[in-house]
Amino acid sequence: MSTTTVSQLDKVKDGPWSGGKSPWNLEYGKIMMWFFLVSDAFTFSAFLIYYGAQKFAQPTWIDADKIFQSVPGIAESGQPLVFVGIMTFILIMSSVTMVLAVEAGHRNSKQEVIKWMIWTIIGGLAFVGCQAIEWNHLHHQGFWFGRNPATGLVDPDAIAAALEPYFTKDISYTAALQFSNLFFTITGFHGFHVSIGILLNIIILCMTLNNTFENRGTYLMVEKVGLYWHFVDLVWVFVFTFFYLI
Amino acid sequence: MAHHDHIATHDAHEHGEGMGKKQIWQVFFVLLALTALEFLIALGFVHHWGILQKGALVNTIYIVLTLVKAYYIVAYFMHLKFEKSSFIVTCSIVFIFIIYFIVLMLVEGDYLLYHLQEHDIFPNK
Repeated sequence: MSTTTVSQLDKVKDGPWSGGKSPWNLEYGKIMMWFFLVSDAFTFSAFLIYYGAQKFAQPTWIDADKIFQSVPGIAESGQPLVFVGIMTFILIMSSVTMVLAVEAGHRNSKQEVIKWMIWTIIGGLAFVGCQAIEWNHLHHQGFWFGRNPATGLVDPDAIAAALEPYFTKDISYTAALQFSNLFFTITGFHGFHVSIGILLNIIILCMTLNNTFENRGTYLMVEKVGLYWHFVDLVWVFVFTFFYLI
Repeated sequence: MAHHDHIATHDAHEHGEGMGKKQIWQVFFVLLALTALEFLIALGFVHHWGILQKGALVNTIYIVLTLVKAYYIVAYFMHLKFEKSSFIVTCSIVFIFIIYFIVLMLVEGDYLLYHLQEHDIFPNK
């Protein structure tokens, strides 16, 4: 038997895909979180692309600057983009505090992880609260799933008058209804994700307080939940652009 | 179990070299600047001063700025930039599809806008 050359079949394979270790040098749970986020990205993209396709196929649409122009507690009208700007800032800030929590986890610094997780949760709650205020404001004006301020009216002049404050170009009952449905559906779906994220963050905070990660020796779970939280922020960046800017 | 922990601790250690506190705040200020720019264009140039009009140009600017923000969040905050290149490709293909669909949506929407109005509808009987 020859001892100088080993046939290909007998060679011990040690490439990344040859088994025995994670091919991307990532922990399994982290890979799966990424794959879930990728699938969720498709879902949100489908919603937003449908919004865009509807909007650009219509001869007219709700003017975002007219329907979103209040700042709760400060101004009833005339301030487009201010409130949503505050919301965007809050969510980006909470993303930063999440990264800082992950970074503290890398240094196994339990107290810092706790501090930054608490700030992230506060940011998340503030954002959801603001979104609820925005929903409430629109609802009081007559918008909701399947209805707009002109729903129930019969006289065309009355319909036009009811919807006139929200349009810059021609007024369309259908456009207003579609906008209303899409706004509440998409921001509702996003807000649902934020709420789940807040829940996950609270659970991770409790686990940190209970020394679960200290005993485990790694704060990797904080990182995985952090990925989900950043995804929520990422989606908001797109939702904000599509609904309020374009 | 020991193997799982080995991967976990090895994984964590590698990424610790990726983002220090300083870099985290740097990326934050980049995101803040991009967002501020979007608001400057939307509130300032378009709404208050009327230098730019709502239309294809500003929409393109917004989408480009949004995609740049998305890149910074995914690459740095979600750490994708520091992973193995084959994993980066696996996840990035999604975002490339999304960009393709955004462009497609704008083009198709415009097509529908014209063609749905093109022919009259005639009352039946």
